[in-house]
Amino acid sequence: MADKTLGQIAGDGLWSNNVAFVQILGLCPLLAVTSSVVNGLGLGLATLLTLVLSNVTVSAIRNIIRPDIRIPVFVLLIAAIVTAIELAMNAWFHELHTILGIFIPLIVTNCSILGRAEAFASKNNIGRSFVDGLTMGLGFAAALVLLGAMREVLGSGTLFDQAHLMFGEAARALTVTVFADYKGFLLAVLPPGAFIGLGLLIALKNVIDQRRVRAPQPAPAAAGELAAE
Amino acid sequence: MPLKKMLLSAALLGLFAVLGTALVAFTYENTRERIAQNERDNLLQSLHALIPPELHDNDPVADRIEVSDSALLGSRMPQQVYRARKNGSPVALALTAVAPDGYSGDINLLIAINHDGTLAGVRVTGHHETPGLGDRIEVARTDWVLGFSGRSLANPAPEKWKVKKDGGVFDQFTGATVTPRAVVGAVRNALLYYQEHQDQLFGYAPDAAAPAAPAPEQPGEGKPMTPENTHG
Repeated sequence: MADKTLGQIAGDGLWSNNVAFVQILGLCPLLAVTSSVVNGLGLGLATLLTLVLSNVTVSAIRNIIRPDIRIPVFVLLIAAIVTAIELAMNAWFHELHTILGIFIPLIVTNCSILGRAEAFASKNNIGRSFVDGLTMGLGFAAALVLLGAMREVLGSGTLFDQAHLMFGEAARALTVTVFADYKGFLLAVLPPGAFIGLGLLIALKNVIDQRRVRAPQPAPAAAGELAAE
Repeated sequence: MPLKKMLLSAALLGLFAVLGTALVAFTYENTRERIAQNERDNLLQSLHALIPPELHDNDPVADRIEVSDSALLGSRMPQQVYRARKNGSPVALALTAVAPDGYSGDINLLIAINHDGTLAGVRVTGHHETPGLGDRIEVARTDWVLGFSGRSLANPAPEKWKVKKDGGVFDQFTGATVTPRAVVGAVRNALLYYQEHQDQLFGYAPDAAAPAAPAPEQPGEGKPMTPENTHG
């Protein structure tokens, strides 16, 4: 594996190797909770924290772990981290926990955590693993928020509804009623809407990628390729 | 040497199992009391939202009994009854009940009933209903559940204790009828339970160790109204 720059690692996490849209990992929590922006953001933030912690931990121990036992060790560590996060959150951020609490056990079902530990953190140093966890987590959170926004607008005609659950009473004003007197579109809120929405978003990303390929290559990139040959 | 390698791997795996367990155990030990305290505060807060603190002078969390009635309270598990009194005379009680017929399983409720049988209020304390549809029973999301306050078995008449779709007086939600139907039914059943057991519910001495069903003890006998070891 060629050494990537931190910028390339970030680009992978946020766009070209996005957990949700390209790796298609973590679908169970992704499809289950994205019925609104706030729900999506809640799971996104909790997953982000878990990814960063598990990547850093796995990277820190990568040299003492023997290859034949690495998977069970990673699973053990991730399970311990998620449990510890949930307990700590319940104790010190009880309000937040009452909102996010239901999402946190779902993180264990998110195979992207183990995926990043195995594919990246076990082969890279702590700093690079941190960047990878952070950007992969941000990319996943962005996908959750996007899908949540899409389903919320179509399904309920609002955006940022219930934001006060996460950001306090001041955030109540954040709620945007996109369509007044909207009757609601049930399909978008129910699980089929999640599958259709995710499919549309992946298609959109592929269209954007194809457009970028078809567009004439900027000169510096072409020069770089020539130089590499 | 394969045996040596295997033993080393096993030892490493064991070491990480111990480390992981230690991390969880350490976090648990350091958060246990805070979590229990948070949960008590939450319970007290929800009780006070339903039964205003100025109406009573005892500690309802302490003045608690457990009862069970699988038909009317919706669960075979014992349910909690928290009693509010002023100068020793009953003011209201809040009981936990379960609506077993939600769209996705049990809906947990906290139902406060004034001494005269009118509802002081209802709150949903836990459910698995569809986000965006059935979760409108939560007070944080809509005011629907506030519509129970002030109602009783006489208002509306028992045969009208249904959602509008079934010929009753309570609103259902667009796209979600099962959830409100379950909650309305559970609240009605809790009122029926209260009607049948009102005197016993206020009469029993508070549970310290909490038996599964109310024991027919003499009120106030032996135990003080607000025992000190309440949060055990």
